Amino acid sequence: MEIDLASVNWAQAQFALTALYHWLFVPITLGLSFLCAFFESIYVKTGSKEWKRLTHFWMTLFGINFAIGVATGIILEFEFGTNWSTYSWMMGDIFGAPLAIEGIAAFFLEATFFAVMFFGWNRVSKGFHLFATWMVAIGSSLSALWILVANGWMQNPVGMRFNPDTVRFEMENFFAVISNPVAISKFTHTTTSSFVVGACFVISISCWYLLRKKHVRMAKRSIAVAATFGFIAAIATAVTGDESGYDVAVYQPMKLAAVEGLYDGHEGQAIVAFGILNPDKKPGVEGPEFTYEIAIPKGLSFLATRTLNGFVPGINDLVYGNPEHNVMGAVEKIEKGKLAVAALKDLKAAAKEGDDAAKAEALTRFEANSDYMGWGYMKDPVDAVPSVPTAFYSFHYMVYVGSFIIFAMFLFLIFSRRGSMDRHVWLQLLGLLCFPLMYAASELGWVVAEVGRQPWVMQGRLLTDVAATKIDAGHVQATFFIFLVLFTALAIAEVSIMIKQINLGPEAE
Amino acid sequence: MSQLSHFFQLPLRVFCFYKDGFRRMKVGKTLWLIIGLKLFIMFAVLRLFFFPDFLGTNFSTDQQRADYVAEQITGTAQE
Repeated sequence: MEIDLASVNWAQAQFALTALYHWLFVPITLGLSFLCAFFESIYVKTGSKEWKRLTHFWMTLFGINFAIGVATGIILEFEFGTNWSTYSWMMGDIFGAPLAIEGIAAFFLEATFFAVMFFGWNRVSKGFHLFATWMVAIGSSLSALWILVANGWMQNPVGMRFNPDTVRFEMENFFAVISNPVAISKFTHTTTSSFVVGACFVISISCWYLLRKKHVRMAKRSIAVAATFGFIAAIATAVTGDESGYDVAVYQPMKLAAVEGLYDGHEGQAIVAFGILNPDKKPGVEGPEFTYEIAIPKGLSFLATRTLNGFVPGINDLVYGNPEHNVMGAVEKIEKGKLAVAALKDLKAAAKEGDDAAKAEALTRFEANSDYMGWGYMKDPVDAVPSVPTAFYSFHYMVYVGSFIIFAMFLFLIFSRRGSMDRHVWLQLLGLLCFPLMYAASELGWVVAEVGRQPWVMQGRLLTDVAATKIDAGHVQATFFIFLVLFTALAIAEVSIMIKQINLGPEAE
Repeated sequence: MSQLSHFFQLPLRVFCFYKDGFRRMKVGKTLWLIIGLKLFIMFAVLRLFFFPDFLGTNFSTDQQRADYVAEQITGTAQE
């Protein structure tokens, strides 16, 4: 059966659009919820009316972001059923569990305490209100945990077995799914980086006030708290990013090779700090990987193997194999995968005819190669390589901005402690820049994660092309543009309400 | 009697809490309007007319769905 690539491409584009749009709101929610909790904790401790006004102001912006973003993630679930029905059927048993837990937890924890957080001022005790604010913050991060457990499982499928009778991956070990190292590093890296986004959001708006010499006292106090939180979170983001990189090296070596533009792996492999990719470089084609590069010796070996001289496979090693370093290439995996798919076909035919002996024989053949089943659908070994320029440049942008933000947060922290944030225009301009830079880095982080794992929708098990529903490309194209219009309208609504509220500033004393 | 009134008191207080909260909202009124409109578009238009559950609507039993997916994944494989 031929795959309609136009349909798959539009389905992918639609999913990317929805996910990236959804992700505009999530990091602000994750980061700002904790900042609101910090602000309110200070208010409760000091009893200061100014801290109350400050908390109330940031909570209003949090509410606007939450309201516009709420339920945009549900659209992704619509798309699963329509555009990705093969995926949904095969993975639903495992993928659905964490999503269901997220839905229930989010509803009971967030929705209950959210009402107290917004309606409860002066109507419940200070302590209970603060408790509700903390519960909203913790609940938001717990929601993220379950989503990232589901995503981590797609990057590194564990705790399941394929059942040829039902044609589904069925969960065998829930604990293995939730303790998946990829899910854990993904959760820690995503939440800490979202805390930085939240801190940058507060700092950028506060710096805007300082530049306009409005609400100076509130802005300086907000920056002091956000810079402390942001500095700690930015360092944590670097540490969790390193751990995430190690997990990628172990479980998704092709993604690591793509983000580093590495074609031929070596022992003691250098890491590219800055590079311009050679556009003519392709798998199996001779020639330099970069037209210009600045590399740190042995850096990639240390990141990927935790030793200075460890071997890191490159794209060519992973496509064509490298027996010297025990790397099985895509070529060999495709052969094994074809045997698995042929056995599955025989097994289904035998089951239909009621031939138990043939079924048992086919099952034995299938199980011998079932780990490679997904590879059996790949037409060309080179198809195993994701878009190297997209992965490489997105990843490096993320690293540059992450490093810059640590330095910037440190400056805000120092100048806040000195109480001189309002006297340095250059610093205020720097603060203004932080949010858009970090926001883009957060979005590109998902580009690295999702483009980097292509062509797989479930690493090593199910190709994106195979996972898609065989439906008319025109239908998917139409809904893509409907979403584009809807999302643009909602984004305009959010930005205009947000700007209006920022212009109004905190309530008058 | 007093136990009965106490039983009804809590839900009534919760109801009043929400009612007063909604009534006192400022920017929240606009936000709820946007949320309502968004949810209507999502569930009453998009979900209903543009996003049918492909396997749910085209097949009536799980066995039929499993057979269809098996056909897809074995037929799609490289020969």
